[in-house]
Amino acid sequence: MTTRRILLATALGVALATPLSADDNERVRPVTDPLTRAECSACHMAYPVGLLRSQSWERIMGTLSDHFGEDASLDPASTEAIRAWLVNNSRPYAKPPAEPPMRISELRWFKREHGSRLFTVARVSKGIGSISNCQACHRGAEQGLFEDD
Amino acid sequence: MKIPSKPTILALAIILATPLAANPARDAIINALKQQAGVSSFSAEEGKALFLATHSGGKPETPSCTTCHGTNLKAGGKTRAGKPIEPMAVSVNPQRYTDPAKVEKWFRRNCNSVLGRECTPLEKGNILAYLSSL
Repeated sequence: MTTRRILLATALGVALATPLSADDNERVRPVTDPLTRAECSACHMAYPVGLLRSQSWERIMGTLSDHFGEDASLDPASTEAIRAWLVNNSRPYAKPPAEPPMRISELRWFKREHGSRLFTVARVSKGIGSISNCQACHRGAEQGLFEDD
Repeated sequence: MKIPSKPTILALAIILATPLAANPARDAIINALKQQAGVSSFSAEEGKALFLATHSGGKPETPSCTTCHGTNLKAGGKTRAGKPIEPMAVSVNPQRYTDPAKVEKWFRRNCNSVLGRECTPLEKGNILAYLSSL
């Protein structure tokens, strides 16, 4: 490999890795806890825990009875077990915003990566249906693999 | 044409006479609801009306059961996040309504989402009667 090619590959690698932040060069931490995985994938894929910060998960788990317009509440024991797992397996904000974001699709890097056109394409495509349906395009999404973009 | 043997005819007769949806676990769930509702039978017609209606008491994103389950209940539905939902009709999905905890969990969540309140035992029974009749 020539130096130029290596430089190009490195630059490209950095550019692709940025959106998913720091330690996720290769992989975003997936949900590996069986209960969390089962409950969080009932209506959508189990979004990798590494896609949100601890304070965001905390907020999500505190508002399950109105979860993006649906009641997703669980019994108290399951709620607490899942909350603890998500919080303990994600990185906290050093300075959390007053209202930690809950929608992955509203995060700045997500919007930059997908662009408004893709939001529309996802919504109107029969096979996708929503920008929330990561797996329609990223087959390894639930395992934290997003390199196929 | 070969005439079927007597046991074959008998077996066939039993299969045809058994209601399509019969399942001990589902029957237990429906019987418990009958007791709670204080009725001896449920109305599939009432269940159908409730299931297909557009409601206004719940969350605006989910005005009807059909928002996610669709109107062809022998086919699958789709969640708002795009995940497929198994068909609701017992005739094509015999595993439906055989796990009491699962039935209660989803009635609680979905009635809250669609109606803005929990369903009564009568409403749950009527809906199960409808979905078992399809």
